[in-house]
Amino acid sequence: MTAPKEKAQVLDQAGLDRALTRIAHEIVEQAGGADLALVGIKNRGETLAERIAEKIAGIESKRPAVGALDITLYRDDLGSRAEQPRVRSTEIPFSLKGITVVLVDDVLFTGRTIRAAMDALMDLGRPRVIRLAVLVDRGHRELPIRPDYVGKNLPTSRKESVAVMLREHDGEDRVVIQEPEEGEPEPAGGAAAAGEATDEAPRRAKIKDARAPGTPPSRKED
Amino acid sequence: MGWKRKDLVSMQDTEPAEITEVLDTAESMKEIATREIKKVPTLRGKTIVNLFYEASTRTRTSFEIAGKWLSADVINFSGSGSSAEKGESFLDTAKNIEAMSPDVVVVRHKAPGGPALLAKHLKCSVINAGDGAHEHPTQALLDLLTIRQKKGHLEGLNVTIVGDITHSRVARSDIHAMRKMGMTVTVAGPPTLIPPACQDMGVKVSHRLEEAIAHADVIVMLRLQHERMTGGFIPSLREYSRVWGLTLDRLTQCRPDVLIMHPGPVNRGVELSPEVADSQYSVILDQVTNGVAVRMAVLYLLAGSKAA
Repeated sequence: MTAPKEKAQVLDQAGLDRALTRIAHEIVEQAGGADLALVGIKNRGETLAERIAEKIAGIESKRPAVGALDITLYRDDLGSRAEQPRVRSTEIPFSLKGITVVLVDDVLFTGRTIRAAMDALMDLGRPRVIRLAVLVDRGHRELPIRPDYVGKNLPTSRKESVAVMLREHDGEDRVVIQEPEEGEPEPAGGAAAAGEATDEAPRRAKIKDARAPGTPPSRKED
Repeated sequence: MGWKRKDLVSMQDTEPAEITEVLDTAESMKEIATREIKKVPTLRGKTIVNLFYEASTRTRTSFEIAGKWLSADVINFSGSGSSAEKGESFLDTAKNIEAMSPDVVVVRHKAPGGPALLAKHLKCSVINAGDGAHEHPTQALLDLLTIRQKKGHLEGLNVTIVGDITHSRVARSDIHAMRKMGMTVTVAGPPTLIPPACQDMGVKVSHRLEEAIAHADVIVMLRLQHERMTGGFIPSLREYSRVWGLTLDRLTQCRPDVLIMHPGPVNRGVELSPEVADSQYSVILDQVTNGVAVRMAVLYLLAGSKAA
């Protein structure tokens, strides 16, 4: 697959940090001292959840518990891809019963990942409330899901992709919009390949237009 | 990276990268066993048929639990009391089952190569759950997972497999898999139970238990299969046990961090003394727990290989 071209930088390091600080304040204000836990969706959501938890610890005296969720086993497109996506481990070492859980992800796109994440959480226990925090909301929802805390609302075309880069994974903190190279046809199966988030490549929410009409939605947003 | 094969028939044909993929996936699956509600929706709507022509409790149950935790429908079909007794051929039975559109057939058969035959003729995925004295790939995978968890790595470890190598599909799968993962394998047992072709598989052969286990990081004790001991392979059970049985006394000669494994079922007092089976060195029950995780991983990976 060809590397997409960077079109614009949306957040730099300072902007990304400010967005997380604001989300942390909003979470604290709304939670109002209730039992709180952050659950990040792997991989970058987990990193963001850790960072938000640090910021909350700075605001309140208490650091909320942080867990990590892998939604692979709950995807709605298993078996319709060329290859099974890698299953990562879910690590939620605390009870969800009766607490406020804030799901954290990097990019909100179709909403399918969040649907999967909510199903996964419900299987693990019964939280009192589930809320959703995302660094970037890029629109194009395919399910009735909306975020409670948003770092940056970012109108995009479906052709574009949003890459969130974090220093823990990518060596730097920034968010960029990318678009495919001019005249480059989307390779068959490319969308599925891009759906696999790896530690090396930034997660991208990308490209659905290239699918043949009538193809069932085959991936979560990334 | 990535699993593209339709079937899991043998360790001999499996690539090291594929083995690692199964082990990594199994590692993630283990968490499901710790949940209050042990079920994920991953294989919803998939059908798994357990086609067992030989007795098995552990392996069949393990596959059944693995399939059910992944939300697949699991159907058990045993060779006895079925159409096989009415004279239907193995392949005909399998074709009939295939006509009911299963996604995976898990097969155990006394004939070496039986699962490979089905893999060739069926469009669905086939998993070998033991074929005669040939292979038992998921056992090798769960052995590797257990060793990797306890030791942190596989490469460079010394493994000694003790007992009836000739009749053991576990030994054969273990040897292939362990060699592929860069481990050193020694087999030990009475000369009558060590096949001459062993050296071709890249293993060392020892006919003295003390010598074979002295430097081992892992000792795999095989079950002495009474049912196959009718050919005069050993003088008597008691003598076998005295020479080849692992006792606490013999364990003191081993490395202090040695792992004792056994594919089960254990003949207590024959190949393993009860004190050894229950000792801190024994990881026999970890093997059983890991068996479910490994089978979940294999089912998950095979379900993604689109055969049709």
